[in-house]
Amino acid sequence: MTTGTDPAGHVNLRAVADCALLVEFENRIAESINDQVLNLSRQLEANPVAGIGEAVPGYRALLIHYDPLTIDFDSLCASIRPLLNRAATVPRSGKRWLVPVFYGGEAAPDLPQLANRHSLSEEEVIDIHSSTLYRVYMVGFAPGWTFLGGLDPRLHTPRLDSPRAEVPAGCISIGGQQTLIGGQAMPSGWNLIGQTPERTFAPERENPFFLAAGDEVAIRPIGQAEFDELSGQVAAGSRVSRELSSQ
Amino acid sequence: MNADISIGLRIHRITLLCQLQDLGRTGYQEFGVSRCGAMDRYSLRLANILAGNRQDMACLEFALAGAIFEVTADTMRAAFVGEFPVKINGQTQAANASYFLQAGDRLEIGATTGGIHGYLAISGGFAVEPQLGSCSTHLRSGLGGFGQPMTAGSILPVNLKQSPVMVGCYLPQAFARKSSRCIRAVRGPQSRHFSEIGVENFFDNAFSILRNSDRMGYRLDGNPIEHSGDGNIISEPVLPGSVQVPADGEPIVLMADCGTVGGYPKIATVISVDLGQLAQFAPGTEFVFDEISVEESQYLLREQEQRLDDLSRSMGAEIL
Repeated sequence: MTTGTDPAGHVNLRAVADCALLVEFENRIAESINDQVLNLSRQLEANPVAGIGEAVPGYRALLIHYDPLTIDFDSLCASIRPLLNRAATVPRSGKRWLVPVFYGGEAAPDLPQLANRHSLSEEEVIDIHSSTLYRVYMVGFAPGWTFLGGLDPRLHTPRLDSPRAEVPAGCISIGGQQTLIGGQAMPSGWNLIGQTPERTFAPERENPFFLAAGDEVAIRPIGQAEFDELSGQVAAGSRVSRELSSQ
Repeated sequence: MNADISIGLRIHRITLLCQLQDLGRTGYQEFGVSRCGAMDRYSLRLANILAGNRQDMACLEFALAGAIFEVTADTMRAAFVGEFPVKINGQTQAANASYFLQAGDRLEIGATTGGIHGYLAISGGFAVEPQLGSCSTHLRSGLGGFGQPMTAGSILPVNLKQSPVMVGCYLPQAFARKSSRCIRAVRGPQSRHFSEIGVENFFDNAFSILRNSDRMGYRLDGNPIEHSGDGNIISEPVLPGSVQVPADGEPIVLMADCGTVGGYPKIATVISVDLGQLAQFAPGTEFVFDEISVEESQYLLREQEQRLDDLSRSMGAEIL
């Protein structure tokens, strides 16, 4: 047997070739579904099963790597099912951050067009984008690439027809219903509207990572001068985002 | 660990296609860090076994092009696995073998004559500090490798074993890669996002590898695969071996350096045992996918692991 559904429905356990298992929750983007993904991931950390390697969360699915020489697929499913049905007994570890963002300048080439498309001024776009408390659904694609949910529908914008060969680290962009904070420089087809001086991935630091799935992000708009100043502090090894107390 | 960084291999000639790789970085995919590691994990493991190492130690991975080194240690044992010509002081050596080297020896790896990835292992391994648990080079992330570019004149430091075995040994023929043009795969998590004809086309028709393939993914040329939906899914975690098909119908097999998530439907997953074989194919190589079951893919993996264990024991290599 290589697939199965839990008694409560909506959850599918699917074998991915020989060494991985994909746990699929309901097929839509929602905080409650992402919570289920992260909860299962934490349940596995708290209740280790021999033969299970790392578990990688996405929006609505968790990919579990395992060693089939240690545990077979059916036994693996049998040890995961009880964790699915267990209520969220592991407390949510999400933190709330205030991240500085400069909307403008070289890092915002798509801001004028995006404002125009939605019949908004650039200032209105900045106001709308920076007044939402975002939820980190997933960190993935490349190190530190942080996918945020909760974008105001007035800013939903399709991806560019043709991706850019490289966008800078820290870029703030919009793709469809999502907005994201870029980690290291990568190719991307999302609309660039700003940049944070913060680094979400800094391999030379003892802890190279910053945001995690389940965290929340608020944005503090800054100007060019503060961006330059904070960039200097980041280069010297500081964190320029502030942790807010969660409710 | 060898504190003397002047002992190792002095580079005389090298290309950017040569990288330090091991079996990859695990535990950080939730932060977007790619697994990386050898494109052909099986061959890297064989090279380590021949060198008497644990199978997961870091090796130099060569892609297409070779390199020339001078030995700066008194003695060392090295092993090379791959279809690249190997010469020591101008003398042609058998590949898929280990060699005893002395100070001043010139070790020359030529350009490939077949499979495009080759692995050089040094008995005792290279003297490098792992980053995030691995020595695997990932240039974009600034992770792994020797902490400095590998350029002519620089020395790649090695850990020396007290008394390296003085004789070389050969890999038994049974372990050499078979030149199969058939890559086995299991149906993927979104195989239902393709029309029946699309799935049939995928497993019935030949594909060839496009030139713009790299360590992130092998792009395939063939009959376009027909979707039944719009060619998008909510982004989800992927792994090396995942075969994703964007809206244009041209499949991409994700390889060692692939991103941790992807938003295209996946029609199939190449089995672990065959992913290294696929990695050996040069651009232009024609091959077919053969559909097998999860159970068969796990049987083949168990069989491979047993054979590698047996080989490790018979060669006196450290057991993984």
